Order: sequence, then structure tokens, then C-alpha cells
Amino acid sequence: MSIVWNFPAISILLCLFAGIVSSGLSGKSARRLNTVLMITVLVLSAATLKYVSSLGESVVYVMGRFPAPWGNELRFGVLEAGMATFFAVIMILSMLGGHHKLSEEVESRQHNLYYVLVDLLLSSLLALIYTNDIFTAYVFVEINTIAACGLIMIRGIGRTIEAAVRYMIMSLIGSGMLLMGICILYDITGHLLMSNMKTAIAGLVIDGTYPVALLVSITLICVGLAIKSALFPFHAWLPDAYGYSTVSSAAILSSLVSKGYIFLLIKIIYRVVGFNIFNNSDIIDILFVFGLAGMIFGSVNAIRENDVRRMIAYSSVAQIGYIYMGIGMGTQFGMIAAIFHILCHAATKSLLFVSAIGLTDVSGCNRQFIYMTGSGYRHKFAGVAFTVGSLSMVGVPLFAGFISKLLFAESAVSLSGSKMLPVLIVLGISTILNAIYFMKTVIRIYTPAPDSPYQAIKARTIWPYCVVLVFFIAVNLVLGCMSDGIVELIKQGLIMFG
Amino acid sequence: MGANLAANYVQAVAMVLFVIGFANLLLQKNLLKKIIGFNIMDSGTYLFLADMGYIKGRVAPIVTDGIQEVERYINPIPSGLVLTGIVVSVSVTALMLSLTVRLYKRYHSLDLDEISMLIKKEKGV
Amino acid sequence: MSRRKTDEEYRQTGAFRFFRWLSGSKDAYIDTVEMKPQTEAVETKEEEERREAEHKHAVEKAYDSNNRAIIVFNKIYRLVAAIFTVFLLVSLIYAVSYLPKIGDADNATSNEVARRYIENGVQETGAVNIVSGMILTYRAFDTFGETNVLFIATCCVMLMLMLDEKILEKMDGRDDRRFEPKSDPILKTMASFLCPVIFIFAIYILFNGHLSPGGGFSGGAVLGAGMIIYVNAFGFKNTQRFFNETIYKIAKISALCMYGLIGSYFYITGANHIANHIPLGKVGELISGGIILPINIVVGIEVACTMYAFYALFRRGGL
Repeated sequence: MSIVWNFPAISILLCLFAGIVSSGLSGKSARRLNTVLMITVLVLSAATLKYVSSLGESVVYVMGRFPAPWGNELRFGVLEAGMATFFAVIMILSMLGGHHKLSEEVESRQHNLYYVLVDLLLSSLLALIYTNDIFTAYVFVEINTIAACGLIMIRGIGRTIEAAVRYMIMSLIGSGMLLMGICILYDITGHLLMSNMKTAIAGLVIDGTYPVALLVSITLICVGLAIKSALFPFHAWLPDAYGYSTVSSAAILSSLVSKGYIFLLIKIIYRVVGFNIFNNSDIIDILFVFGLAGMIFGSVNAIRENDVRRMIAYSSVAQIGYIYMGIGMGTQFGMIAAIFHILCHAATKSLLFVSAIGLTDVSGCNRQFIYMTGSGYRHKFAGVAFTVGSLSMVGVPLFAGFISKLLFAESAVSLSGSKMLPVLIVLGISTILNAIYFMKTVIRIYTPAPDSPYQAIKARTIWPYCVVLVFFIAVNLVLGCMSDGIVELIKQGLIMFG
Repeated sequence: MGANLAANYVQAVAMVLFVIGFANLLLQKNLLKKIIGFNIMDSGTYLFLADMGYIKGRVAPIVTDGIQEVERYINPIPSGLVLTGIVVSVSVTALMLSLTVRLYKRYHSLDLDEISMLIKKEKGV
Repeated sequence: MSRRKTDEEYRQTGAFRFFRWLSGSKDAYIDTVEMKPQTEAVETKEEEERREAEHKHAVEKAYDSNNRAIIVFNKIYRLVAAIFTVFLLVSLIYAVSYLPKIGDADNATSNEVARRYIENGVQETGAVNIVSGMILTYRAFDTFGETNVLFIATCCVMLMLMLDEKILEKMDGRDDRRFEPKSDPILKTMASFLCPVIFIFAIYILFNGHLSPGGGFSGGAVLGAGMIIYVNAFGFKNTQRFFNETIYKIAKISALCMYGLIGSYFYITGANHIANHIPLGKVGELISGGIILPINIVVGIEVACTMYAFYALFRRGGL
């Protein structure tokens, strides 16, 4: 039993401690603590990943003195450790990428609270990834929600507060349904620990007892988590929330927060309900249909949008549709594609948000397309980064998005039955729509505009920002070019999940 | 309909409360009424949980007279879950109210659609 | 004259004041309670007109009877929401009708988990109150998360409502409570009786969380309520003598850190099978229960701080 065994628990506790201590520090020290914390979490998660992949099976860690089913537990395999590592990388890049704008966006006396929220958000993401207890998951879902709400509203302008209210209303509906689902599930299984629940549910299905209650509770949990992760008809809060909050907040919210809920859903599908039982229920078709609808409607809304950040936000709706479509396919391949798309979307969307801010900065802080003409020449790093992000979202080879679209198409072809055709058609349409709005933007920022009023603005070269953009591009290329190893890792992780 | 509806009438009431709160949260225009709706919804959940733990003829799970037999006490787990849930809903209610106060101070309105319109009229970001 | 006191002396006594009050020659409130007639909030004509116009315009726009798109959207939204709600109600009640019977002793929920909590709880946790024992030792990680929910909610409320110290000074006495009587003798007298009792009761609940109903959360809420009564009666100036922002920060951070340290010690030693050095004590005594008693105390401090902070932030925008 090596010391690495303790690392997941230690990383969660460290985040909580850092959040608590930061509330009494000055803004500057809180920022340093936050940076150190994120790097520590990255190192700890990477060590855990190495340890688990050498072990070849998932590890159960008892939080406290009492083993299952009496106490709380963490459980981690390759997928969890890999996800935690990846989330830590994206978090570091997003925070550093938005740092130079923070003093403009947030009042200086509130800086330390901003880092408190970020620390606690990281802790809740880690806890959602690692936990093996469904009620612990609920508690950390609430921490995640409140922290995300804080990150949205911290700018304190009317629009962000309104967006935060809308976000909270949707989230409350979601968490209410989630809690009710958990309660009904507890009533019929008598357990709160995921592994014991799975055994009990398998028994219930074989005996044929409580089929209605089981179906209703699983539906409540799925719909609750889908609402919280902004699946298509529940996305009304999303454009304002992502479009007007601070840069780092927008990057973190779009790439990590909604993914945390989706990861929890995948975990519940595998660890609580059981993959086959879930696939035989009708819920999977609901998720599938709404996923497809989201892919189209998100893109259509993005095309109609006139503001670059809101356009990226609407594109998120479409991408979340892709992920739910992958889950809804009901095969192992579909799930692998969905998980890969979680990684791809997290890497690309944060890149887009961070690079868009560079482009708007050299356009007099205007976010309408008309002002952004030629901004790619004025801020070369941001222009290149935005182009890379757009190409990746459209699905050009070499970049991450291509691989995930390839995986979706492959898994669709291997599908039998009525789901294959809609997937391929919608995938095609959605790719074309993606290309329309992203290429429009790229062409716009590279159109020379000699008479633009902002032509004279020279970008102040902020080196940390440029380095962050380079790292983002590197992450994207790694996902795009070395996808075999990552897909292999996901496969291994899903086997450990089962 | 299953056979246990009459026996589980308290849970049915809890579900009705849950849905009343849910409908308020969705359909009310007034922010304060939305918050009240959320609290009703959570109360429904707690009633459901508290009711689930009850076992006929048993007492609250505090060991008295040194008797530690299962047959004497009700199930302690739902009580613990209710405690956790209450703390969460207190926090969320406070947060929602603070947001409402800020919006009201600025726009003199509690109607979310109206506030959206007022915001759209504002210049700039 | 048989009177032993002079007029001057007699005027100082309670009897004189009582009879004067009884005969109604002097109002007991005059000079003791600050009473101001309420005045309308001052707003210039222009401001009012502009606000009214904006309001009207927004209402018209939000519920524009000519804008077909908005009307159709609202109608569809309401219809879909209503159908969804009815569907939810039917399916939930349908599910309830199949759930296990309430009050049955052989339900799925009364399994080996509840059995161990009841049968071995006292020996393993040292707490007579099984629920306390359960949430603070068996499911300790949940409860730590829950305390953090409270913490992060206070941070968010502070973000929204906390005002700058300078604005606060300017605002002093001009907030929305300005029309209410200050230093009300009834409230003051009752508070000076009640507050000590409430504080002692809160401490009793905190310290007996492992022996009787109660514990950190309920005790802390009572403690917070006592502080709210105190601040209502004696004002923020008096409260700040013993509870200002610095003390609030120190109390909250040290309480949460203490909880974190105790919790981490418990989780990590437990997971690695290292012996626990916190003695359980003799069951039923005040100082017993291992980690439960210290955790209850720190949770109580945290909850009291949170409750008071919510009240103060909503009322005044600062602690």
C-alpha cells in the first residue's frame, strides 16, 4: 500500500483548506495560494493516474474508519484519475489566461473571495469525480452549483446578476429532482453507497420488484443532471452566464462545471444503475433525442448571434448535445466517444473563450463582429489561437475535434437499428453549421480593415497570456494527434468502471 | 396504481408538495414567490425522507436505558439526510435572496422578464 | 408633614414614575424611545418620472400585446411547463403507490446498515445520540461538505451585499430601518433577560449533541438567533465591541480549519489503519464521544457566525 493511495483524498481536502484559508487572505496571497494549489492537485492527480494504471484495477479508499456500506468511500480508476488530471490542467490554463483581466472585472476587495470560489469549485469537481457515495455526490453538486453561481455574478453588473438568478432557478429545479431521485432510490435499495446500490438494483431487476419506482428515480436523476448541465431545452441561462462573466469564469464554467455533472451521470449509469439496465430503459432515448435537437438548435442560435462570446456560448449548447447523443447511443463505443468529446470540448471551449478576449481587447472591448474586423492582425497570438480553436470545433484533422467526430461517426456506423441514420445526418448538418459560424468569424478577424478605428491599437504583449495560449494549442494538438493512447486509457477506465 | 397508495398517503402528500413547489419555481414571475416555491419543494423532499425512516411503534434513535436493540429504534439514516438537506436549502435560500435584493435595488422590480427588458435597454455590456 | 423624602428625592423613585404614568400625565415613551414620524422617501420629480416611464416601457415590452413572438413563446412555455408538472405529479404519485409500505419493519431501508448504526453505534462512536454519531463519524465526509456549503453561501452573500466601509459610515442610520424606533426599552429589557438564557441554552445544546437531540447545527442556529436578538436590541455599535468583521473572520476560519484538521486526521488515519488517539471516553458522560464533541463545538461556532452574518449583511450590508 503506497502513499499515493491517499492522494485523491488529500487533494480534495487541500482544496477545501485552501478555500477556507483564502477567505482571510489578501487578494494577492489568495492568488498565489490558488496557483500553488492547482499545480499541487495536478501533480497529485498525475501520480494517482500512474499508480492506478500500474495497478490495473480501481481502488477503494475508505474515508474514515468504517468500510462499506457503513462509511463514506472514494473509488478511483484510470478514468477518474485521468479526468482529475485533465481538469486540473484546464483549470490552471483558464485561471492564468484570464488573470490580466481580473482587476478590470472584479473589485479589488473581492479578489480573495473569487479565489475562494475557484478553490471550492475545484474541490467539488474532484469530489464528484472520485466519490463512491451518491449522497456525498449530492452535497458536492450543491457546492459546485453555488460556486458556479458565485463565479457568474462576481462581476456585479446587472446582466451577470440576472444570468446568475436564471442559472440558480434552473439549477434548483435540477438539484431538487436529483435529490428526490436519490431518496426514492434509497427507499427501494436501502443503500447510499454506489457499489451496494448496484448489487441491490441488479437484485431488484431480477426479482421484478419496484420496476416503476426504479424507472421514476433513474429518470429523475438523469433529467436533473441534464438540466444542470444545460442540455438543449434547459439552456436559457447559458448565453448570458457565459457571455458576460469574467474571462476565467466563462472558460471554467463552459469547460469544467457542466462536464462535472455529465461525468457524475456517466458514473451513475455505470456504478449505480448498471450499463445494461440503463440501456434497456426508455430514458436513454430521451437523452438521445434531446442531444440531437441540441446539436441543431445550438448551432442555429450561434449563427444568428452577433456577439462573439455569446456565439461561443451557444456553440457550447451544441457540443453538450453531442455528448448526450454519445451517451444516448447506448453502446460502449458511443460512451467512449462521449467521454473523449468531454475532453475535447473542455480543451477547445476554454481556448476559444480565452483567445476571444485577446481579440476583443484590440477592438476597443467591443464584442460585435463588425468591430472585430482585422483583429487577427492586431493581436497575432490570439488570432492564431482562435483559429486553432475554431478548426478544432469544426473538425479539421490534426485537432481534437476531428477525432471526437470520427469516434462519433464510427460508433454510429457500428450501431444497429434506427439510431444510426439520425446520428449520421445530424452529425453532418451540425458540422456544416459549425463551419458556417466559426469560419465566418475566422474570415472576419483576418479581413484587412485599413479604415477601422482600432487599426492603430497595438496589442500590449502580455507574455503569460501568450504562453497560456501556446499551452492551450499544445493540449489541443496532443488530444488530436495522440488520440490512440487516450482512447485506450478511456477504454481501460470504462472496464474498471463496470 | 399500486397497492400501497393508501398506506403511503404521507409520501403522496410529500410528492404533492414537491410538485407544488416545482410548479411555483417554473411558472411564477415574481422572484420572491419563486424562492418560496423552492422552499416548499425542498420541504416536500424532507417530509418524504422523514416519513421513510419511520417504523411503527419505535422511538427516536437516542439510546435510552442502555437498550441497543434494532427493534426499539427507527432508522437513523433518513434523519441524518434531512439534516444535511436543510443546511443546503438554508444556504441556497440566502444566496437567492441576496441576488433578489441586488436586482431590486437596481431595477425596482421583482419580475424577472421585466428586469431582462430593463437590462437590454442599458447601454454597453 | 410625615413625608421623609424631599420632593427632589421622591421624583427619583420608581413609585413616583409609576403613579405619574398611571395618571397619564406623562407619556412613558417620551425621552426614552426615539420616535420620528415617517416621511416619504425623497425622490425628485424627474427621477420619479423617468423611473415610471422606464418601468412602463419595460412592462409594455415584456408583455407586449402586439408582439406575436413573445405572446406565443409565453403561451407555449406555460403550456409545456404545466404539462411537464402534471406529468411529474402523476408519475411521482404512481411511483409512491409502488414504494414499500411506511412503518414496515422489513423494508429495504432497515438493513444491515441501520442495524450496525443502532447496535454498535454507541461502542464505535461513543455517542448516545445515534444520528449525531452517524453524521459525524460514519458519514463524516458528507457533513464536512455540508459545512462547506454554508461557508461558500456566506462568501457569495458577502460578494453581493457587503458594502465598502466608507459607504457604510455614510449610510449609518440612514438604511431602511431609519423609521423604526431605536433603543426600545421593552426590547432592551427583554433582551437583557433573554440573551443570557439563549446563549446558555445554545451552549447546552452544543455540548450535549452526542447525548441528546441537538448538536452543532441546531446549537449554532440558536446561538445565532441570540446574537440577532442582541443586535436588534442594542444596535450594531454595541455588538461590534465583541463581534466585528475581524473577529468574525478569525472565528470562522479557525473553526473551519479545526474541523478540517480533525476530519483529515480521522479520514487518513482510518483509511491507513493507523490507531486513533482520540479517546472515546465513558459513554454518557459530558466529555466523551471522541471527535464528536469538538466537531460539534466548531460546527456550532461556524453556524452561529453564518446566521449572524446573513442577518447583518441583509440588514446593513456589513458586519
